[in-house]
Amino acid sequence: MNPFPHKHLLGLEDYTASDITRILDTAESMREVLDRPIRKVPTLRGITVVNLFFESSTRTRISFELAEKRLSADTVNFSSTGSSLSKGESLLDTVQNIEAMKTDVVVMRHRSPGAPHFLSKHISSVIINAGDGAHEHPTQALLDILTLRQKFGDLKGLRVTIVGDIAHSRVALSNIYGLKKMGAHVKLCGPATLIPRAAETLGVDITHSIEEAIADSDVLNVLRLQLERQEAGLFPSLREYQKYFGLTRTRLEKADKPLTILHPGPINRGVEITSDVADSEHALILNQVTNGVAVRMAVLYLLCGAKQES
Amino acid sequence: MTDKIKSVIVDAQGFERTLTRLAHEIIERNRGTKDLALIGMQTRGVFLATRLAKQIEKIEGGDIPLGTLDVTLYRDDFRTRLKQPKVQVTDIPFDIYDINLVLVDDVLYTGRTVRAAMDALMDLNRPHRIQLAVLVDRGHREMPIRPDFVGKNVPTSINEEVRVRMQEIDGEDAVLLVEVSP
Repeated sequence: MNPFPHKHLLGLEDYTASDITRILDTAESMREVLDRPIRKVPTLRGITVVNLFFESSTRTRISFELAEKRLSADTVNFSSTGSSLSKGESLLDTVQNIEAMKTDVVVMRHRSPGAPHFLSKHISSVIINAGDGAHEHPTQALLDILTLRQKFGDLKGLRVTIVGDIAHSRVALSNIYGLKKMGAHVKLCGPATLIPRAAETLGVDITHSIEEAIADSDVLNVLRLQLERQEAGLFPSLREYQKYFGLTRTRLEKADKPLTILHPGPINRGVEITSDVADSEHALILNQVTNGVAVRMAVLYLLCGAKQES
Repeated sequence: MTDKIKSVIVDAQGFERTLTRLAHEIIERNRGTKDLALIGMQTRGVFLATRLAKQIEKIEGGDIPLGTLDVTLYRDDFRTRLKQPKVQVTDIPFDIYDINLVLVDDVLYTGRTVRAAMDALMDLNRPHRIQLAVLVDRGHREMPIRPDFVGKNVPTSINEEVRVRMQEIDGEDAVLLVEVSP
């Protein structure tokens, strides 16, 4: 096969459907490695990956680190607390110093949209975006798409509604790019204050009624209400949000067929989704987590292999 | 790139005869089929192993465990190749601990794929023995590896290539010697 045509994974905006399909196909093979007694292959021996997390993360950081270790890469972890960032060092200085220690791949999460794009112009490492502000979180969207592909076979014509706090969500934007490229119909659902006006320009439908979303969807991708990012006044109270947009069994039972539920985690149980829904057989939340490791292995494999030719 | 077919080394009839002989040799060397399993290497090795297993079952009876191995993640040329090989499926649905494995591939050349395959198998468990069966040995080894069962020895030059074609994916059984112009 031809070399993978990208050096970085900054977002899904500039990836084509065939790039995404190639990542998903590779991820399926990687999943098999995760089921072996020795869950490790020697592919990335000698490659050093730096995990730079300027924002807190549990799932994504552990998932990336496991993916790197399964492929035998050496890993270094960095979190902003306790680093020289608190001494006032700039992002570029921090990363250039780390790169001077001879590293190959930087996995980065940062609160500023575009931070990984900025870095990619200044350093030579492969950059993988693990979330930049409210912009993109490409590996999350890829694992969501993989999970849906495993369940439905093909995403063409699948009706997926992303529910919740779209405005503060990087998961939403990456999902919109990725799902649309794979042929799904995408709808957004949430309070008007949490859906950016410009969303319509992305070619998605918008609704402010959870009942309507449930009635015409096959899949609901329920976002976490980002309590830490809420400026005052976007919605009156958690109770009111729960009342109008919370996903409950009673609401779901009105649909004529069971809906598939995704959630990127961590779950605010009883806020955006009730426990009985999150733990039901139609929720694929733990599949998403396992697929996350496989997808990140696939991305690392494809980008590191392509790196040498550029 | 234009490839010229120089000769047909094995035709469809010869192909089947060679497989029958290999099946007999495998049974003979292993004194039957006890604790015997075949592992086909992606892609054509898988079809070869499937056919060999059928032949062996026809001769000796019983069921021969059959697995599929993809060595892409174990290759030593990951960082130097211009093309990126597709990662395919490894599916070995039985425990290989303490059994006699026969690794099956179509063409033995540098020996690097077999080296990778042995590493991959050792990561799964500790087999009692690994033997190597190939349809064609074309020489030019770069590793200290030798096959236990050979369909045909074909001396080749570096700018020649041996192409194995199989009914299952190519629509015919044949082994061709091809001259590759760069």
